[in-house]
Order: sequence, then C-alpha cells, then structure tokens
Amino acid sequence: MARTVIPFGPQHPVLPEPVHLDLVIEDEKVVEARPSIGFIHRGLEKLAEKKDYNEFLFVAERICGICSAIHGQTYCQAVETLMNVSVPPRAVYLRTIWGELSRIHSHLLWLGLMADGMGFENLFMHSWRIRERVLNIIEATTGARVIFGVCKVGGVRRDIEPDAIPGILAELDSIEKDMRDVTKVFLNDKSVKARLCGVGVVSKQEAWDLGAVGPMLRASGVAQDMRTLGYAAFSDIPVVPITRTEGDCYARCAVRCEELFQSVEIIRQAFNRIPPGEIAIKVTGNPAGETITRTEQPRGEVVYHLKANGTKHLQRFRVRTPTFANLPVMLKILPGCDLADVPMIVLTIDPCISCTER
Amino acid sequence: MSSFSKSPWVIHYDASSCNGCDIEVLACLTPGFDVERLGVINTGNPKHADIFLVTGAVNEQCREVIRNIYDQMPHPKVVVAVGACASSGGIFADCYNVAGGVDSVIPVDVYVPGCAARPEAIIDAVVQAVAILERKRKEMDAETVSKEVA
Repeated sequence: MARTVIPFGPQHPVLPEPVHLDLVIEDEKVVEARPSIGFIHRGLEKLAEKKDYNEFLFVAERICGICSAIHGQTYCQAVETLMNVSVPPRAVYLRTIWGELSRIHSHLLWLGLMADGMGFENLFMHSWRIRERVLNIIEATTGARVIFGVCKVGGVRRDIEPDAIPGILAELDSIEKDMRDVTKVFLNDKSVKARLCGVGVVSKQEAWDLGAVGPMLRASGVAQDMRTLGYAAFSDIPVVPITRTEGDCYARCAVRCEELFQSVEIIRQAFNRIPPGEIAIKVTGNPAGETITRTEQPRGEVVYHLKANGTKHLQRFRVRTPTFANLPVMLKILPGCDLADVPMIVLTIDPCISCTER
Repeated sequence: MSSFSKSPWVIHYDASSCNGCDIEVLACLTPGFDVERLGVINTGNPKHADIFLVTGAVNEQCREVIRNIYDQMPHPKVVVAVGACASSGGIFADCYNVAGGVDSVIPVDVYVPGCAARPEAIIDAVVQAVAILERKRKEMDAETVSKEVA
C-alpha cells in the first residue's frame, strides 16, 4: 500500500488549540508523525525587556490560561528567591490552596476534553459541570474564573476569611462525591476501556530517557512529582506521587483521576493548618542574580530560569513548560498506532500548546 | 424570524491566545451556561458556520489560517473578537511576533472585553452577532430583489 500523508490540524475538532501534525499513513497505520508548531508563538519571553518585574507577573500568568495560577506562583517564587524575600506563611498556604483548586479544574477540563475526543458527549458535559462548581469557589475567593491573578511578589492579593472556610470545605465534600461518580465511569466503563487500554504504551525506561514529566511520567511508573521538593506549603503537607505501571492512555487517565482526590485532600489539610497573619509583605528594590525554580503544574514539571542585574527589568526570562517535555514521547509513540487512535494519544499527553510555544 | 435567530452556528479558532478565552468559549457550551439549549451550536466546519469567534492576538503564522476560515464561511457572516488580545493585541501587543487585533486581518463586527472574557460577555456578544446577522441577511435579500427588478 502506498504511503499517504494526512494533515491533522491546525484547526481540528478535538483540538481546542492549533497544532499541526503531518501523519504519514500506510493502510490504517501511522508510520511517521511530523509536527509543525508556532501557531501560538507570541514571543512573550522577550517582553521581559519592556515590562518591569512587577508588570511581568501578568505576562507570566498569561503564558497559559489553564495553568495560570501556578505560573504566577512560580514566577513570584523565582523573583522572591532573587530578592531574598520570605513570604508570610498564610500567603504560602493560600497560594497552595489556589494552586490545587486550579489543578482540579485543569484535570476536570482535560477529562472532559478526552471524553469529547472519544465521542462520549455525556461524560464530557458531566466533567465540565463539576468543573463549573470548582470555578465557583475560585471566583468567590479571587473574583475571577480562569486567570485570577492573586499572586504578587511578596505574597498574595486577597485573603480567604476564616468564616468562609466551612462553606468551601462543605462544597468541596460535595464536589468530591460528584467526582467519584464521574471518575468511576472513566475507570470502569467498557467503551472507555476499549478506547484507552493498551493504546500508546510508553515503557518506564522510554519515558525517563525522553524526559517526560508529570502524569505522563507517573503513568509509566516513575514516582516524580515536584511537589515533593517541598515548595510553598508542601513542606508541611507531604505529597506521595501517584503512579501506575501500564504506561498506556488508560494509565494516564487513571493517574489524573486519582490526582483529583489527592488535591482535594491537600486543600483540606491546608485549610486545617492555615496560620493567621499577614498575607503580603512590602517588597522594595530590584532583583539581582540568577535562579532556577521548579514547580508541579497540572501537566508536570515547569522550570523557570530568571536572570536579573539589579534593574527593574529582568535580563532573561526562560520557561520550560511540561508539554514541551512531553512532545518527544508523543512523537515516539505515534508511529505504529491506528489512525483512529491519534486523537487519544495526542490528548492523553494533555497538550497545552500556548505553554509550549509561549 | 429566520433560522439565524433561532439557531446560529458558531466556529471557534484560537489565534495565538493563552487558552483563557478559549476555555471560557467552551464553558459557554457546557452545563452552567449551556447555550446549546438556545440553539447555538459549535461546529468545526467553516462552511456550516454563521458566527466566527476568534480569540487571541494574531501572530504571523495564524494570519493565513484566519483569512482561510473566514473566506470559507458562507455569506452573511459575523466575526466576534473574544477578549482583550483579539480586540487589540492586549498584553501581547508589544511582542515581536504579534500583528495586533483580529481586525488587522479580517473585518470584526463585535468586540468582547475582558482578560479572560467572561462567559456572560461572550453570550451577550453572540446575541448581538445574531442581530447583525439578521440585518446583513435583509440587506442581501434587498440586493437580490433589486437585481431581479432591474
């Protein structure tokens, strides 16, 4: 059978974001996948020269609208390291709470998109229905839904009043119950399993060698999670990475399902232990020096490299985002799969193109 | 009342947006807001679409794609620029790879403010877009009639 090239994207029904793949097909099998990217490249790293380090926080939060909270947090942590600022403990806990809430909303969003990708519309709508409830908590505590800009260098902008906490915890309990119902379908439904089990298998060694991060790496059996480094409130709240050993699309889905409940537990513990006090300290002066900061995004490890020379503008700002690290694995597992499985494999790395291309 | 005001079909394209507005466009279509109950249908096919929702500041590589989708849509059509970036370039206006708002490539009828644009604002924009669609259709009909008379 002669080879055919099938273009996938940039505008494609399963992709909320544009990315282009040329799929070389023999019969129904993919033999090669050639990506072409750049549809979302804005060149925002260079904006560090035009906006001062406080303004640039807003750019960092807009690297990606889904992982916005943790981008803001990572940027603030990096600048605080450069300036030797220690953040009040209450602010650190609040950052953790909002970070985990956004992890839950990101994972539910992904579960919905994947259900949509396999044609399970009902499950898609249920996942997003629960996600709206998480967004309601975020909106009630921060004032915005997706890009909420609560972090600032030196702390956070808003506090959560102590009398609001019982209501949030009660709502979380109810959300958790809803999530149990919906993840039960993802993990046990026959048609979901038929689409996901044994598809796009990555071995532990391959995942490690190709530098995969986040749920992609954990689904192949490597227990790596940046939260174990103990940044923010994770020094007090221990995190045990959730792993699976199969390394297929099902395992990646299962890891994310489990992480939903892990995040709920982290938020509960954080609310139990949150200390009273200030939520921000005044920061004066400009950053100087060079630092690397790593945190765990919903999609995996993100690495920030900041270089400053004592002026109000950063000299260099560089981000290595989780999807960028996961793309080589995706290109490795696409050859050999069926054409109809391509959307599943592409979706299970949880691609975030606007992070990747910046 | 024509089929437009009963059931406008929309197409969404991300022209180098940060995802914030895109997930809000999708949130409009899912429970909580659920505009599908009002007949608004999201389609992936430009030839089926009446309303074009564009998010994000347009970068060099997206210009052609936007032009292409716009040209494939049948007349009458309405373009909605969703969010600050699509309206003017927003926070990314100074980036070297960003051309500016969507109106630097195709004509825009409705602008939605916000970063990220809220679902309520996006729904309001679609309602305004439907009225514009109706007006454009009437103008097209009138043109056809005047041609037939001549």
